[in-house]
Amino acid sequence: MQTLEKPKPKYTGKRHRLSKPELLAPAGNLEKLKFAIHYGADAVYIGGQHYGLRSNADNFSFEEMREGVEFAKKYGAKVFVATNIYAHNEDIEGIEDYLRNLEEVGISAIIVADPIIIETAKRVAPKLEVHLSTQQSTVNWQAVKFWKEEGLPRVVLGRETSLEEIAEIKKHVDIEIETFIHGAMCSSYSGRCVLSNHFTDRDSNRGGCCQSCRWKYDLFEDARPAEAWISEEEARESSVLKNFKLGVTQLPLFNEDDNAFSMSSKDLCMLESIPELIEVGIDSFKIEGRMKSIHYVATVVNVYRQAIDSYMADPENYVLKPEWIEEINKAANRPLNTGFFFNTPDHEDHIYEPEEKAVPYDFAGLVLEYDEETGTAVIQQRNYFKPGQEIEFFGPDGTFFKQTVGQIWDEDGNELDAARHPLQRIRMKVDKPVRYFDMMRKRK
Amino acid sequence: MRKQPELLVTAGSLEELTALIDAGADALLIGEEKFGMRLPGNFTPAQIAEAVKIAHDRKVKIYVSLNNLFHNEQLELIPDYVKQLAAAGVDGVEFGDPSVLTAVKEHAPQLKLHWNAEMLSTNYATANYWGSKGASRVVLARELSMDEITEMMPKLEIEAQVQVHGMTNIYHSKRRLVQSYMAHQGRPVQGVDLGKDRGLFLVEAERKDEKYPIYEDSNGTHIMSSDDICILEDLHVLMNAGVDSFKIEGLMKSTHYNVVVTKAYRKAIDAYVQDPENYQFDESWLEEIRRVQDPERELSFGFFYKEQVY
Repeated sequence: MQTLEKPKPKYTGKRHRLSKPELLAPAGNLEKLKFAIHYGADAVYIGGQHYGLRSNADNFSFEEMREGVEFAKKYGAKVFVATNIYAHNEDIEGIEDYLRNLEEVGISAIIVADPIIIETAKRVAPKLEVHLSTQQSTVNWQAVKFWKEEGLPRVVLGRETSLEEIAEIKKHVDIEIETFIHGAMCSSYSGRCVLSNHFTDRDSNRGGCCQSCRWKYDLFEDARPAEAWISEEEARESSVLKNFKLGVTQLPLFNEDDNAFSMSSKDLCMLESIPELIEVGIDSFKIEGRMKSIHYVATVVNVYRQAIDSYMADPENYVLKPEWIEEINKAANRPLNTGFFFNTPDHEDHIYEPEEKAVPYDFAGLVLEYDEETGTAVIQQRNYFKPGQEIEFFGPDGTFFKQTVGQIWDEDGNELDAARHPLQRIRMKVDKPVRYFDMMRKRK
Repeated sequence: MRKQPELLVTAGSLEELTALIDAGADALLIGEEKFGMRLPGNFTPAQIAEAVKIAHDRKVKIYVSLNNLFHNEQLELIPDYVKQLAAAGVDGVEFGDPSVLTAVKEHAPQLKLHWNAEMLSTNYATANYWGSKGASRVVLARELSMDEITEMMPKLEIEAQVQVHGMTNIYHSKRRLVQSYMAHQGRPVQGVDLGKDRGLFLVEAERKDEKYPIYEDSNGTHIMSSDDICILEDLHVLMNAGVDSFKIEGLMKSTHYNVVVTKAYRKAIDAYVQDPENYQFDESWLEEIRRVQDPERELSFGFFYKEQVY
């Protein structure tokens, strides 16, 4: 029977006509790009050889970009390039050529912080869309409006923006809004940190960040009287300056067994708030992590793809699946939180304890072929595994099962006691059907 | 005679402002926490008007800092504020957020706009871009080298300001990081003073002799450099290059200290302007500063002569 009752919007006062957000994933190299897209990203962002903020990532050459764009096209996906440095004088000269090349290899958009790169792109590579980087720390609607009037179709907001503020920005300015929804965060306003420059002479705003915010520090209070050094003798004679007279010049603000001070933030995870993010009208959901592994990118993209699709298909009956959260945790590098979306982060949103073990799972193998008749698969070895080990298979659209590794053979049919060689083709029985590009993971 | 460069000093109170004018400042940077960041003190609009009166009587300029990163809820305060500043006769404002630029152009176009994006003002072309949007000056990042600054000068279409003395901000977060840490430790945090006068600092395990001041205010957490820039010895290089304004950062320093420093730079600038060809740095100028310098804070050339990689 057809019901005549209109579905009630869950969040009154917000947008009622939902548009599907773009899922934007990081791709540190060509292989990661392919995984990100195959696992459901609508767009990926990459770094080139210059002007990006990850000088340690194995960044793309123009040829690799071309190949990435070709691959993406088959899936209807787009490729963006991060050109988000704050340029120095010496960087200016090469910008024109670089942007022309990006346009020529078919890049859809560049992510830019420095206005001179925006201006140059408009002039020499007009087919490139320009998105304002989070490095500009744009956190109010007037600033967003300014950039719209400069011709930009999209702004990546500062991570300090709350959901409520995003709603207000959407109300005032008709522009695409992109926000980070998952991954590591600068604990400072992005770009407003030169700890690396001071500690290690590495320029953070040109890609040299050495993550000093994750280091441990001791917190003290200066116990010297104001300007005691101007006249030390005089200060020592003063009756109110007992501490100083006793030679105490600083007071530690920690006990021996306290954790040290740190600015280290927990990682962002907005998986549990997908309906709110869609309903507020965020146009692009961005996952952080160009330096992260294939396993990380595939797992995280896979989960968000399912959550977004599931909500869009039937908002009324959407439920957050516990297995999505389990999956996310298999790729998590750090404890997770919701950043600034609902509240300003407090003591529970920072990491003071020694960092725990890294990701508990490894990418062990990639499915290349599957033979339905025999129930065997050809697996490309990506990490050591052997018979008897518990493993998991997962793939796009929620393919997931666990099994124990049985007998394994090499290509010539010789039985092996373990898969030791990187990229070796291994044949093994699988409990359920698998597909090309499904992944096999094992506990570390 | 050469163009006279401006000597700009921050002031935290009307008393300090007067003392700094006496010491030879050509311009003062003031403001309040609601609109400007990392200021040595808060001036109400009435005090700003008073400051303008004192300063203009002595041909000294007043600039007001509006370099916050504003959130939506603060936006509606900006138009009235810039109108008040213009009515008071303020000479210019510093900004980083484009929302300030929009408000000034619409409501107080007589105010000069100085683009100050802290560590993000790193090249001449972007400075010229903000010039084309209405800025008349760029406040250059403190992480630039002397070579970068001097080669920028002929290409700049707007004035350049360079910080020549004092501490710099090296990290700014909207998070309350000290409060969070203390809560984690189980210490009381309600009503506890974590402001700049508390004297809090951080020490990193491998850099025991470097003390990085840290404090909180309504704009979040600020971490400051462990050393004080002092480029007095090579001020002539910047003067030769034609830098328009030299800034002394007086944050977390006493008026006495700032007066001594201002006098020293005043002497150097005056000596240079009088006779650039025969200008000679006088070691005694620096000696004056050394005598009031906190022995735990090194006087350094900052990044002027340091190689940075990435």
